[in-house]
Amino acid sequence: MDLLSILRIAWRALARNKLRSGLTMLGVIIGVGAVIAMVGVGQGASQAVQEQIAAMGSNVVFVASGTVNRGGLRLGWGQTKSLLYDDMRAIVRECPAVRSAAPGAMTTAQIVFGNDNWFTNVQGTEPQYFEIRDWTFAEGAPFTQVDVDAAANLAIIGNTVRQNLFGATEPVGQVIRIKDLPFRVVGVLNAKGESAHMGQDQDDVIFVPITTLQKKLTGDTWLRFIVVSAVSRQASYVAQQEITALLRDRHRIRPGQDDDFMVRNLADIAQLADQSSRVMTLLLASIASVSLIVGGIGIMNIMLVSVTERTREIGIRMAVGATEEDVQRQFLIEAVVLSLMGGAAGILFGVGASLLITRLLGWAVLISPMAIAVAALFSAAVGIFFGFYPARKAARLDPIEALRFE
Amino acid sequence: MSTATQAESQTDASRAVPELIRVEDVHKYYELGETRVHALRGVSVAISRGEFVAIMGASGSGKSTFMNLLGCLDRPSSGRYLLEGTDVSQLDKKALAAIRNRQLGFVFQGFNLLSRTTALENVELPTLYAQLNKEERLQRAREALRTVGLEDRMDHFPSQLSGGQQQRVAIARALVNRPSILLADEPTGNLDSRTSVEIMDVFQELNDHGLTIVLVTHEPDISRFAKRTLLFRDGKIRRDEGVAERPRAAEVLKAMPKVED
Repeated sequence: MDLLSILRIAWRALARNKLRSGLTMLGVIIGVGAVIAMVGVGQGASQAVQEQIAAMGSNVVFVASGTVNRGGLRLGWGQTKSLLYDDMRAIVRECPAVRSAAPGAMTTAQIVFGNDNWFTNVQGTEPQYFEIRDWTFAEGAPFTQVDVDAAANLAIIGNTVRQNLFGATEPVGQVIRIKDLPFRVVGVLNAKGESAHMGQDQDDVIFVPITTLQKKLTGDTWLRFIVVSAVSRQASYVAQQEITALLRDRHRIRPGQDDDFMVRNLADIAQLADQSSRVMTLLLASIASVSLIVGGIGIMNIMLVSVTERTREIGIRMAVGATEEDVQRQFLIEAVVLSLMGGAAGILFGVGASLLITRLLGWAVLISPMAIAVAALFSAAVGIFFGFYPARKAARLDPIEALRFE
Repeated sequence: MSTATQAESQTDASRAVPELIRVEDVHKYYELGETRVHALRGVSVAISRGEFVAIMGASGSGKSTFMNLLGCLDRPSSGRYLLEGTDVSQLDKKALAAIRNRQLGFVFQGFNLLSRTTALENVELPTLYAQLNKEERLQRAREALRTVGLEDRMDHFPSQLSGGQQQRVAIARALVNRPSILLADEPTGNLDSRTSVEIMDVFQELNDHGLTIVLVTHEPDISRFAKRTLLFRDGKIRRDEGVAERPRAAEVLKAMPKVED
């Protein structure tokens, strides 16, 4: 029997019980749709993480001051005053795997420009910070090392600050006030988006020379963090070890004692984030697959009902010359048509759901052609697997018994 | 015809046109738990091309079992069944399906048409399993429907047809693959007497054109239209005789009063 005739028969049989076929398909639709949407969410998240990590700069090692333990109360990273500017100088000088480093100290302040004002982070640093972080300028240029040495009142603003303070006004050359001191804006940074590990807005920041921050805004001498650039991606691991050894030595920490600082390698963070999003993708996909299997069981169930209902038809077909293979093929193809139609609708449903997630939740959802192909194949496989037993049952019927069936 | 010439002509015939059906000492029993039910206890019969045989017998006489064996729906427990010179008693299911498809045509008591499928498609059904292309399939199906006088009912569904018309569709279906034998199991069992005779008229017409027909019935009135009757009792053929004064169904119909609905 030719495939076209079998398909026509299958289509008729399914069309005869539209509601039943539709409900059966629904299982596969939800299953395939869920797989596509969930894999899309997972892969979208994974890609977003990758992009953000790439945006941080690849060879970056991050050194933060340590935690304080005050009578058992531990306050988290960045609390001690142990990290000093000289530590940074030592790192550049004494660690061969390190190419350059930039200091970081922070405060928060109300920034005023004309009639507008904005509360944001003010970070003190040196010009190489932007190179290390791979952070480009939309307008203007960074302040220079000379400006740093002179503790000049210069500011570089992030994109968020620009939008909130300046609107349509050209920021470069304008004077803003930070804690009542005037600062001239010399540069505007390109938008960097949310940070990968904390989800905070990296563009909501103002950079000033580290010396200006320490002397005029905070009065502190310690650093919150040091951003280090290793000579290569591989070297970042070596740099991490060298920095740890150097700082333990400089801070006179005895063996067995905890560090009073923290060294983080961004390559590590990237790998960790990538791994976790991969695990998430796999987890989501496997949960979604369960619904696909449930859909398959639905197909099997309805095919068994169909075989019983159509016992007489099977008997007639056998009497006029259908072989066991003919009957088996007919029911198998019916199951596959059912699951493939469900699969096709499921792909549409999955793509729709992905778009909806993107729009409503703002998550990046990546619809990969691979996921669609796998879903289509998987739904066909579900049809074959769960259709096989009912089809076998139909083929094994005795024609004499089947013809007598009422 | 002398015995010698008969034997001689038969050998000649068996080389050129062998006997259509030859059944030799066929037994059929079913195992029902501990007990063995003997349905056929040594049946031997030969049917030639062009015959019209009616099989008679009470229920349980073995006639249905015999019919299933003739129809290759079942295999004998022992004995041989030669169909057109080939022993089909030990063929596998696939080969039997092919024989049912090409060499045999079935007509059932309950018509056994596929509901929600048009007359034409019902008739087309056996051709689907015969490796024919679409055009040839439709052409044959139309031709078969024309043979039974239903060319104007091709697109009707079984529910839109009378019992007699449904049985004609079933006959057309049986004819569509141009079989050597038409097997009919109580074809008039569900029909009123006038329609029954109409169906027998169709059978006689087909037989006149050379088709071999084997028919199971328990109605003596129906068996009269055949040329030969076999009487089954207790799994054996008890009587095998020709029909004397065989009526023409067409003539009988003329004499019958038309039933007004």
